[in-house]
Amino acid sequence: MHNLQSAIRNLQSKIRLYWPLIKSLQTGLLLSTGLSGYMSARCPVMHWYDFLGLAVSLFLAIAGSTIINMWYDRDIDASMKRTCNRPLASGQVSPAEALRLGLVLLVLGVGMAVVMSPLYGLVVFAGLFLDVVIYTLWLKRRTCWSIVWGGISGGMPILAGRVFGLGHVDGIGILLALAVLFWIPTHILTFSMRYHEDYQAAKIPTFPSIYGFLATRTTIAISSVLAALSIAIAGVLIGMEWGFVRLLAVLSAGLLLLAVASVFRPTERVNFGLFKYASFYMLSAMILLSI
Amino acid sequence: MKITPIDRILLLATVLLAAWQVAVGVNGAEALPMIAYTIAFGVLLVAGLLLIILGFDVLDNPIVVIVSTVIPLSLSLGLVWEHLAAYRTVYLVFVIIGFLVILLTRLLPLRNKLPVMVLAFVHGIAGLTIFLLPIVWSLTGRATHGFALVGIGGALIGVGGILLALLKAGKPLLSRLTILKVLPILLLLMTAAFVAGFALA
Repeated sequence: MHNLQSAIRNLQSKIRLYWPLIKSLQTGLLLSTGLSGYMSARCPVMHWYDFLGLAVSLFLAIAGSTIINMWYDRDIDASMKRTCNRPLASGQVSPAEALRLGLVLLVLGVGMAVVMSPLYGLVVFAGLFLDVVIYTLWLKRRTCWSIVWGGISGGMPILAGRVFGLGHVDGIGILLALAVLFWIPTHILTFSMRYHEDYQAAKIPTFPSIYGFLATRTTIAISSVLAALSIAIAGVLIGMEWGFVRLLAVLSAGLLLLAVASVFRPTERVNFGLFKYASFYMLSAMILLSI
Repeated sequence: MKITPIDRILLLATVLLAAWQVAVGVNGAEALPMIAYTIAFGVLLVAGLLLIILGFDVLDNPIVVIVSTVIPLSLSLGLVWEHLAAYRTVYLVFVIIGFLVILLTRLLPLRNKLPVMVLAFVHGIAGLTIFLLPIVWSLTGRATHGFALVGIGGALIGVGGILLALLKAGKPLLSRLTILKVLPILLLLMTAAFVAGFALA
């Protein structure tokens, strides 16, 4: 009995340490895009075990790749004020332990996806490859344009979900992936402006450090327009109810308003407001696409 | 003044109600009133979200005066278009010209009382339309009693508008603190009255 209690306590403390490694909000948002992609396929019969399998496999795969990214970037995290308290950067979790955990989750996630549907597994694997190998290992420390590849990998969960629902890749799935790709700059670039000095200290090339703040804000505004357009077109093509299209248009107008305000009346508050609104916007769009 | 968790909950409820109204629309409305109602509730929705995210400081932005004009103008346009067919074109022209004049007088560096007078005139007509039309219509049997709730919403939006306008003009009826304290509940009650009124119409 005493051994069981101590094992439970040990497990609880491990989960408390491991949970920040998966960046739960980011993983949750990406997972929600995957589930929306599946729901957008409007399967005639939706089996709960398919839905659950999709959720678990995507969660494992996304969480695994996030942990491996954090394992590789632990030196960057340690040098930045915002991230120096993360479990790996602060030494609460050893690098070997994190790598093992990341690889186990990743293999489980991809393995499960391949068993569920080889094509779905392939898309999940492509997302991981782009995220871990191309974005994190190869480009992140070399060029600020790495976010394009990060964006493409970010669009993979929604494409994967739709592929799992349909059994094949279609134009709407690619359009949805493009919407996420165009949304990524709004999310990441606002963040890189807010923590500009941190990124400079860590010697990570970012849009603000290479092209300046005005060009970055303009990029955010343009990509917001493109993201809103892509989601709206995808929504209409999916056959979304007109009421939801109206709601999506209203939410898109708010996103554009903030993006334009950040170009012409830039303040720290507007910039971070745009970052928060963009997350809310994507989550809302995903819910509307799923209904 | 910092936004409190209760303010955020009230504003979130406002946002959800406005989102619901945008999604379900107004029964039997033609294209133009539907667009007008969508704009009105859409502005309410986005304004609520921005207040939640950015806090009350967002009200200090000069664009607030212009954007807050959109709600009564578009809502009253929808009502006139649906219930006063003879005045459709006249009111549409009034709304367009009224909005453009407010925009101009706010953007140009005018030092006289013209901007406030224009704002009061345009807001006043739109506000009275939202307040009186649904109440008169429900009292005279041309609409259900529930439709009068839209008029109540109109009264509440009028109260909120006057409080904020006078605050921005530097002659506040109540202190800024009090206005900001009552604003979230006022916005929620107003949106709830509009939504209930349109549902019961």
